Amino acid sequence: MFRFIFSKLLYLVPTFMGITIIAFGFVRILPGDPVLLMAGERGISPERHAILSEQLGFDRPIWVQYFDFLGRLFQGDLGNSLVTKKPVMAEFLTLFPATVELGLVAILIATLIGVPVGVLAAIKRGSWFDQVSMTAALVGFSMPIFWWGLLLIIFFSGILGWTPVSGRISLMYFFPDVTGFMLIDSLISGQKGAFTSAISHLILPSVVLATIPLAVIARQTRSAMLEVMGEDYVRTARAKGMPPRRVIGVHALRNAMIPVITTIGLQIGVLMAGAILTETIFSWPGIGKWMIDSISRRDYPVVQSGLLLIAGLVMLVNLLVDLTYGLINPRIRHK
Amino acid sequence: MSDTTIKLSDAAIRKQMLADFWFYFRQNRGAVVGMWVFIGLVLLAVFAQVIAPHDPTQQYRDALLVPPFWQEGGSTSFLLGTDAVGRDMLSRLIYGAQYSLFIGVVVVAIALIGGIFVGLLAGFFGGWVDTVIMRVMDVILAFPSLLLALVLVAVLGPGLTNAMIAIAIVYQPHFARLTRAAVMGEKQREYVTAARVAGAGTMRLMFKTILPNCLAPLIVQATLSFSSAVLDSAALGFLGMGAQPPSSEWGTMLAEAREFILRAWWVVTLPGLAILISVLAINLMGDGLRDALDPKLKRS
Repeated sequence: MFRFIFSKLLYLVPTFMGITIIAFGFVRILPGDPVLLMAGERGISPERHAILSEQLGFDRPIWVQYFDFLGRLFQGDLGNSLVTKKPVMAEFLTLFPATVELGLVAILIATLIGVPVGVLAAIKRGSWFDQVSMTAALVGFSMPIFWWGLLLIIFFSGILGWTPVSGRISLMYFFPDVTGFMLIDSLISGQKGAFTSAISHLILPSVVLATIPLAVIARQTRSAMLEVMGEDYVRTARAKGMPPRRVIGVHALRNAMIPVITTIGLQIGVLMAGAILTETIFSWPGIGKWMIDSISRRDYPVVQSGLLLIAGLVMLVNLLVDLTYGLINPRIRHK
Repeated sequence: MSDTTIKLSDAAIRKQMLADFWFYFRQNRGAVVGMWVFIGLVLLAVFAQVIAPHDPTQQYRDALLVPPFWQEGGSTSFLLGTDAVGRDMLSRLIYGAQYSLFIGVVVVAIALIGGIFVGLLAGFFGGWVDTVIMRVMDVILAFPSLLLALVLVAVLGPGLTNAMIAIAIVYQPHFARLTRAAVMGEKQREYVTAARVAGAGTMRLMFKTILPNCLAPLIVQATLSFSSAVLDSAALGFLGMGAQPPSSEWGTMLAEAREFILRAWWVVTLPGLAILISVLAINLMGDGLRDALDPKLKRS
């Protein structure tokens, strides 16, 4: 197992280096003077330009700049935002829990609905449930989620008036930031109605974000179940008179879950892309909105580091998925 | 004389293959429906000038936010109503089909050609060429596709052309990986060795001998990428990074309509519905293509 982990980690090193090269190179291939772009200033005197250039290290050879960038990266220094002047890392850490909370709830919704639907569709293959749920899954898979979010706002916020349109919690509640997760913090604060307010803010964005993963998970579960149920050992279990519930629950489901877990893990990248759109629509103060705002404000240090952090994160989650896969499936580990 | 007989049998084989393909494709009712919707979209896009009742950019200043004709205050001269500056929704939606199909075709073409070329190189030569190419592809795949496309557009400047290039770059690794895997599988087969022994050069081996036998999974991936390209370009348009106003790209139309979501449902609902229907049609078709072309990938 140790060797398996080590080989996986080793495999990631070149990819991570590639990610740092892209993030590093991004500012340097932008049209315009990188010094002005990174300093966020315009029309400055040559003297000031020289000072800035030295300050930001642009006067040194490109490879020295790159290793300097790497060195600072490993110390957790990602530079400062041009707009807020605050360290990028600090901003990231404040906003990150919001995205994690949204993403976790979304993946929970997607899994808790997607897996049972997929299993049931496979068991009742060809039934009306199978047909309706798989059609719905295909619609969900094809959904432009930014439009889906607007539709839900029209219906639940506009017509029914059930849910708020934006933000994480109503402005009338104020409590200290303990975990960064609004659901937990509002519970801890003990304020009446705070938790309900947090949930009512979270529900629409998480449903929107869950839509595509839900569709993918349902489809994947169904096909994995169908494949497993055709296997010899399932037929044997049936033939020796095991109750169908046990055959499906123990023999089929456990083995069908292996590819499904991978699929769920691989949805993290999809979630991150979805978070950009979802957070923009619902003004959810997370990483996705932060990135899109920074891109439109030309806050390049933030874009550069955000790109790096998000790609690194996705890579890490994929590694965890790989390791879990090896843990539950010995055949992979020993290959 | 012998030449013509060979050609005849070739044509007969092709015809048989096409018939086989159609037989399997037709089994999937959803795929057939998807195909008809898609054909309808293509016709709409091609004959937009003839079909659209109005110029998509013409602003009727005396008819702002007119509702669709079946609602009170609607008028039959604007069947699906008008937007905030008095442009006919129906005409804009029809012209929007042009954008979506064009984007899909261009993105898939760039990604497909690039991916096939790179994947062929990696799979055929192996060794360090393979390692370098596949590591670069891994790096591109490490970024969430929409985020990388957004940043690329930020580098290249917002606009339709740059959005298409960005999306194509992001999709290209999928094609490269598929091509590489297929090439590595085919490379060891007898017919390739036979061609090599018969004196076929590297180029001929790569493009004429091996490539045609790797196409099935690529075609399936191409349809999937087509629908994702329509979705992603609409998303970029929605975020203000794709096609720019006043163009009638569906995502851009949605972005302009956002502030009216509670006042005029039609300016928000209709462009999104158009995106959903076209993406769904292409995905349905993709499912059918997969079943018909590649029994290994069969899902159900």
